[in-house]
Amino acid sequence: MFRRLPEPAAASVTISVDGKPIAARVGDSVAAALLAAGIVVCRTTPVGEAPRAPYCMMGVCFDCLVAIDGIGSRQACLVRVRDGMRVDTQHGKRRAGP
Amino acid sequence: MAPAREHDVAVIGGGLVGSAIAWGLARLGERVAVLDEGDVAFRASRGNFALVWVQSKGLGMAPYAAWTKRSSDGWAGFAALLRAETGLDVAFQRPGGLHLCLSDAELAARHGFLMRLHNQPDMVPYEHEMLERRALEALLPEIGPEVAGASFCPLDGHCNSLRLLRALHTGMQRHGATYLANHIVDRIAPEAGGFRLETGGGAVRAGKLVLAAGNGNARLAPMVGLTVPVRPQRGQIIATERVRPFLNHPITTIRQTDEGSVQIGDSVEEAGFDDAVGLGVVSAMAERAVRMLPLLGRLNVVRSWAALRVMTQDGFPIYDQSESCPGAFVATCHSGVTLAANHALVFAPMLRDIALPAELAPFSAQRFDVPAAA
Repeated sequence: MFRRLPEPAAASVTISVDGKPIAARVGDSVAAALLAAGIVVCRTTPVGEAPRAPYCMMGVCFDCLVAIDGIGSRQACLVRVRDGMRVDTQHGKRRAGP
Repeated sequence: MAPAREHDVAVIGGGLVGSAIAWGLARLGERVAVLDEGDVAFRASRGNFALVWVQSKGLGMAPYAAWTKRSSDGWAGFAALLRAETGLDVAFQRPGGLHLCLSDAELAARHGFLMRLHNQPDMVPYEHEMLERRALEALLPEIGPEVAGASFCPLDGHCNSLRLLRALHTGMQRHGATYLANHIVDRIAPEAGGFRLETGGGAVRAGKLVLAAGNGNARLAPMVGLTVPVRPQRGQIIATERVRPFLNHPITTIRQTDEGSVQIGDSVEEAGFDDAVGLGVVSAMAERAVRMLPLLGRLNVVRSWAALRVMTQDGFPIYDQSESCPGAFVATCHSGVTLAANHALVFAPMLRDIALPAELAPFSAQRFDVPAAA
């Protein structure tokens, strides 16, 4: 669905999404890396469990919430990827505890 | 000029108190009009914490403890009736509630307070107990290291108060009540057979009148020969994102809603008619909540707000009737959720008579008429 612009390639990093390795580039936001890898549904809503994808990409809409390194409901568009980062999509309500 | 609308009863105030009374009256066949303000009103209902709460109520007025327990006991039937009539589930649960103490000193003070409450003459008896830390951990394993213990009362519960207001409005309108928004009452004139109310939305006539306008009652009451000394008290609430159910018992200051949000509340400030949120108070509430349940520290806060609740000099409700204008009543209280079952199913039926029964006499505002000291 999404293609990268023909820019000089930045260095590659690998993150895991739901346990699977995904290639991303230094400077990507987590949301951009997910979309570039074809992962569109990053969560389902807490009550109706409707699918949600990154939307505004600028920190406003809160639709791109994912768990990053074990902390739930982080805004994927506001966090840059880091090599070895663990990302988990969220389904329904997150857990309050660990 | 359009002719005034005619009703058996006009209820002034469409919040939790007014709409509970209006629903109760409408289901008895009374032709009810509910006169409400608009969106910008200072609504005490916005500041509710959705607790249906018994423990700690009534020190200084035992009849208030009994009135509270009676409403709590009636709540399950009240919720079932609302559901049957409107299809709306107000999510009433009564798992028993906790009041957490963050030090041995707080725990001892709480114990003393409850002993004084329950040792009052004519205090209604009900089950309650003090829990040491170990017993509390069995109920609530998530407590933080500073928690010394808690008081527990099996009668305490909570509900979805947003849906409660909606269910009462839906229910009263199904029974034919007329809801009139933007009808701020400017003047009340007693007339033969009832009252004529001049409002921002035109004139309304009614045979009887119930003042349920929260802090607005202080202004309205003298128009019908009543005195209702109430003042606004600011309360602030924090709501977190929705998470899976983990908190099985509501706590005085923390509860998890049926849809998963955690609410933190119960601040009290004297701030006049100012409903702004203050960061100092909100952060103190959050800090105490995290000391009680450390896992709250990792949740995202999605909203915080403030509202003006209704407070009398002694903190207890006022139910009263006018001597100079028979047919004019007032109902005002701090706990519009807890007392909703009574307002709908006990108080509303009392209004069919011209005088309130003796059991409500302790709640008359005449209790504030103390002769000046010599």
